[in-house]
Amino acid sequence: MALLDVTDLSVSFDTPDGQVHAVNGMSLTLDPGDSLAIVGESGSGKTQLAFGILGLLAKNGTSRGSVKFNGQEILNLPEAQLNKIRANEIAMIFQDPMTSLNPYMRVGEQMAEVLMLHQGTSKRDALEDSAKMLDAVRIPDARSRLRMYPHEFSGGMRQRIMAAMALLCRPKLLIADEPTTALDVTVQNQIMELMADIQRDFGTALILITHDLGIVAGTCAETLVMYGGQVMEHGTTDDVFEAPSHPYTLGLLKAVPRLDVPQDALQTIPGDPPDLTALPPGCPFSPRCPLSHAPCTRTMPPLEAFGSGRFRACHAPREDVV
Amino acid sequence: MSAPLLDVDNVSVIFNVTRQGAWPWTPPGKLQAVKDATIALEPGKTLGLVGESGSGKSTLARAIVGTVQASAGRVLWRGEDLRAMSPARQRAHGRHVQMIFQDPLAALNPRMTVGQVVAEPLTTHYPDLSKSEVRERVGQMMERVGLLPALVNRYPHEFSGGQCQRIGIARALITEPELVVCDEPVSALDVSVQAQVVNLLQDLQRERDLSLLFIAHDLSVVRHISHKIAVMYLGRIVESAAAADLIANPRHPYTRALIASVPIPSPKAERARHRPVLEGELPSPLAPPSGCVFRTRCPIVRPACAERVPPVEHVGPDQVVACPYHGQDAEAESSTA
Repeated sequence: MALLDVTDLSVSFDTPDGQVHAVNGMSLTLDPGDSLAIVGESGSGKTQLAFGILGLLAKNGTSRGSVKFNGQEILNLPEAQLNKIRANEIAMIFQDPMTSLNPYMRVGEQMAEVLMLHQGTSKRDALEDSAKMLDAVRIPDARSRLRMYPHEFSGGMRQRIMAAMALLCRPKLLIADEPTTALDVTVQNQIMELMADIQRDFGTALILITHDLGIVAGTCAETLVMYGGQVMEHGTTDDVFEAPSHPYTLGLLKAVPRLDVPQDALQTIPGDPPDLTALPPGCPFSPRCPLSHAPCTRTMPPLEAFGSGRFRACHAPREDVV
Repeated sequence: MSAPLLDVDNVSVIFNVTRQGAWPWTPPGKLQAVKDATIALEPGKTLGLVGESGSGKSTLARAIVGTVQASAGRVLWRGEDLRAMSPARQRAHGRHVQMIFQDPLAALNPRMTVGQVVAEPLTTHYPDLSKSEVRERVGQMMERVGLLPALVNRYPHEFSGGQCQRIGIARALITEPELVVCDEPVSALDVSVQAQVVNLLQDLQRERDLSLLFIAHDLSVVRHISHKIAVMYLGRIVESAAAADLIANPRHPYTRALIASVPIPSPKAERARHRPVLEGELPSPLAPPSGCVFRTRCPIVRPACAERVPPVEHVGPDQVVACPYHGQDAEAESSTA
């Protein structure tokens, strides 16, 4: 059985400027221990997808569809029931560790709180486990660090603390939302190594949300490309990167400057990311797509399976995507 | 080689900082943001400046523009010392050097229309221009950067991030400067839009023989746009070379680590990539390590590194490196030991 089974999930928000359609009928499955990268630019709905799954939407947000975790429907569960699943079963790491940690609490206190609240551990044992976990994410001198406050740590260290905190209850699924965006490239490298170690040592399934195609290539077995709140393409990372089947994926890959292959001029995707309050009818990428033709502006292409376990949503023939 | 447009000669910048919780009479601490930076920029070329946050890239750029005073050393503009210029001359110099900033929306005054934003440097540096002339040049500039001139009466918040950066570029280029300092101009942009802005900057450079000082933490972007790259670490330039040479043949252990840390968007290349994880993070610039500033994270560190600052050595026609052990890498080191 799949660990996570998302079917036709939609997330929208009521705002003074009208309905914002952040996620529009997304489906995906994840098996235990798997790693999936969700790639998209800002405004593609990737973070709201994660928030929708975890029931963390802002008050003006509503979600429809189905999210099954271990076979149990968890979408729109009451808060009390969701709280049992969060941290214990699914944990999340956010982009900016400083705003996710409580600045007034010692790191040890806020870590221990997780265990005391979710598993009823005594404070002494909880602190002991916290120290062990800090050690596991390679924070030197973990025991004495428990008494420090978040501001006394560097950005990379804070992200390690977030990871340690997320792992305390041994969740089966870890969702990391842009965990390295705020970090320098050398520290990013350290954190991505840590993510790989976590997967190996704890057998945790991982959803990595990012806009950085580079870190995906080395980390996740599968890649899902999002645009305008919809799946454009989904497959193994090797397939998606070596033979992209969607014009958006191809455009993204060609727009990234690469250190290993010098390019004359970068290929661009014309236009700007979509306006989620006024998505075009049909395919959201059609206004920027070089292969756009009549049906693209009328109907959204269905997500179709092809090859070995690959999916794409595009009206253009696959041979044309080069 | 043509004569340099800009010559940065042994520039140091020190900030006085008050430590938290210090008594009012405690003398302020000294933060060495830039130390002995020497680099030249030729006309029509791009100099890339890379390094982690806190490495002093932006401070060096500001010392070059003149918004920060260098505490030692000289910045020469076509051979003329910036600090020796009279105030009037310095103001006039301003039209030759313009800046583009990281956060495109934050850099634009929200209460001015786009037309006013773009026109401001022009009316400041050329007060004698007639209104119609200003309007015409603003229109031309907007068109050149890919914005409809009809949008002049809109406000910055009505534009997307990429469009705001185009407005920033239009504002920077309207006085027809010779040097544009770009401080992380594409870091806040999406990949697809980043490519548009990078290409626009390159087109404008070719068209106008513009010099660019391009600061970014993303080595791939810097490699793409630069002719020459300088790598900074904790306020010092540890290596500089022609862009292709620096990437193909990095000498300094920090440059090597930085290049090795850059993820490559190709699963095959990623699997083959040797990932020497550079331990730790940048030390505090308030208490830099003695001797070589990189020694606390260096894979080939030796006892002597703590004792003296490594001298800058010329290793190629245009390549300088500040590490006496630059030829050796970590593996060779362990096999000979």
